[in-house]
Amino acid sequence: MSALGSAVTWAAADSWTMTRRELAHWARQPAQVVVGLVFPVMLLLMFGYLIGGGRGVDGAYVDYLVPGMLALTMAFGLESTMLSVTRDLDKGVIDRFRAMPMADGAVLVGRSAADMLQSAVGLAVMLAVGYAVGWRPGGGAGALAATAGLLLLLRFAMLWVGIHLAMVAGRPELVQAVQILIWPVGFLSTAFAAPASMPDWLAAAVEWNPVSATATAVRDLVGAPGAAAAAGGSWAAEHAALLAVAWPLLLVAVFLPLAVGRFRRLGG
Amino acid sequence: MAGSEAITMEGVGKRYGEKHALDGLDLSVRRGTVHGVLGPNGAGKTTAVRIMATLLRQDSGTARVAGYDVRTQAGEVRRRIGLLGQHAALDEELSGRQNLEMFGRLYHLGARRAGARADELLDRFGLAGTGGKAVKRYSGGMRRRLDLAASLITEPEVLFLDEPTTGLDPRGRTEVWNAVRSLVGGGTTVLLTTQYLEEADQLADRVSVVARGRVIADGTVDELKGRLGGDRIDVVVRDAGRLAEAAALLPAGAAVDPDRRLVSAPVADRMAALTRAVRELAAAGVEAEDIAVRRPTLDEVFLHLTDELRLTETPAAARTEVPA
Repeated sequence: MSALGSAVTWAAADSWTMTRRELAHWARQPAQVVVGLVFPVMLLLMFGYLIGGGRGVDGAYVDYLVPGMLALTMAFGLESTMLSVTRDLDKGVIDRFRAMPMADGAVLVGRSAADMLQSAVGLAVMLAVGYAVGWRPGGGAGALAATAGLLLLLRFAMLWVGIHLAMVAGRPELVQAVQILIWPVGFLSTAFAAPASMPDWLAAAVEWNPVSATATAVRDLVGAPGAAAAAGGSWAAEHAALLAVAWPLLLVAVFLPLAVGRFRRLGG
Repeated sequence: MAGSEAITMEGVGKRYGEKHALDGLDLSVRRGTVHGVLGPNGAGKTTAVRIMATLLRQDSGTARVAGYDVRTQAGEVRRRIGLLGQHAALDEELSGRQNLEMFGRLYHLGARRAGARADELLDRFGLAGTGGKAVKRYSGGMRRRLDLAASLITEPEVLFLDEPTTGLDPRGRTEVWNAVRSLVGGGTTVLLTTQYLEEADQLADRVSVVARGRVIADGTVDELKGRLGGDRIDVVVRDAGRLAEAAALLPAGAAVDPDRRLVSAPVADRMAALTRAVRELAAAGVEAEDIAVRRPTLDEVFLHLTDELRLTETPAAARTEVPA
């Protein structure tokens, strides 16, 4: 086997070991996993039934709300990634990993694979709950697959933002500050309400939010009635599908190298 | 591996802002020996270990472990070392067995051998019965033993033990000491940092005393003790008024602490000195509450060594700090 080939095999094996580690954590702490899955479901039900209402949306609110909630759930995945990474860095186990002949980046790849897996499960649960509350996505299997693809792409971007922020923040206490800040950032989107119902300056910011891009793109894909009108009239709203791909790619292009570089430099 | 040295550090420096954690540390450890690095908190012991274990990069100087440069050949070094840090380097959520198996896989033993090695090590360190329990439910001593087991998965050439017994109760300490002793003789080189002279005495062939990021003395434990004047006898008298009398009866160089009614004197021969002190104090009618012969404490070692350093270092030879 070539040197490169064996290095890749080595890295793949280490990454898989790190992924298994995360899966073992879930098996030992099923309650945490369940809470992580239930929380977005709760939000969806709360906004669907408790707060409800139109928010400038034509047609059934559920058709508008579910894609928004899906995008928001993916964005909020940032929190769980940050929390896991800071918890890891806070502990001595990372020292042992770094003092072993382990492939560069396997810790991060393992984290990333496990988080994506968890998010895929979370997404399936949310789709099922959406269906249960009356959401009927159109466009067939192709549209549904594209929906899942866009949502997981957003999650993948947030994953690397989360890893980087966690390493910059360092301690779990500082993560709380980011956890609080992510709420307004997530809510300042078209997830719950159409920009038409907002003041112009706010609507402009909201329409450019990556969460809005993904939410609007998904609504377009599954054919939510009145979605196009509700999304607003800006360039961003009209090119949501493009932005739903471009935003995550841009975030990954910036934060993945930053995160990997920071991990390598952990030893000062 | 080239040469007979398992570890060499030459002029290794590491700064954190203005503070010199290491200030030109030199260290040389022969293969197959146990080397103690003795020093108080903040002396730079942990920084030195982290540099040798490739966790930290030095600012200056060179360090070689098992024949490889820690900076340019970190991968080669990592294949040959084990590290027991000050804080348990374990996954707290996983069981003891899951931890060892995971580390075995990361050494690419393969699934089957990683599992077998995990069971073997759990058995050897007396953890076979608790291998399935999450590490966060382990006691301090169990955690340390598991951590040590994790450091030994591939039978490293060089094993670093950074204050392996700090924070353990006496029983935990004995457990770890026994585990370390059982390793020696297998050809592994052990570098051990400690704040306790007794620990170095129990385990190490040679000792380097570190203060302010530099080695201020090294040699065998006996050599160091020789430089300190060896053991001391402590006598606590019942009547503080007779302290001077008691001091006169003890060997020369006795120090008096009136608050504790204590006289302390250096002794050459432990048992003979003890017998003589008991006899002469009784003959003079000086009542003692307590008499004990003990090893010098680390504080005394430091006071002595830093005094020695002050006396031998002429002003011209004394280092002056040059702003970088």
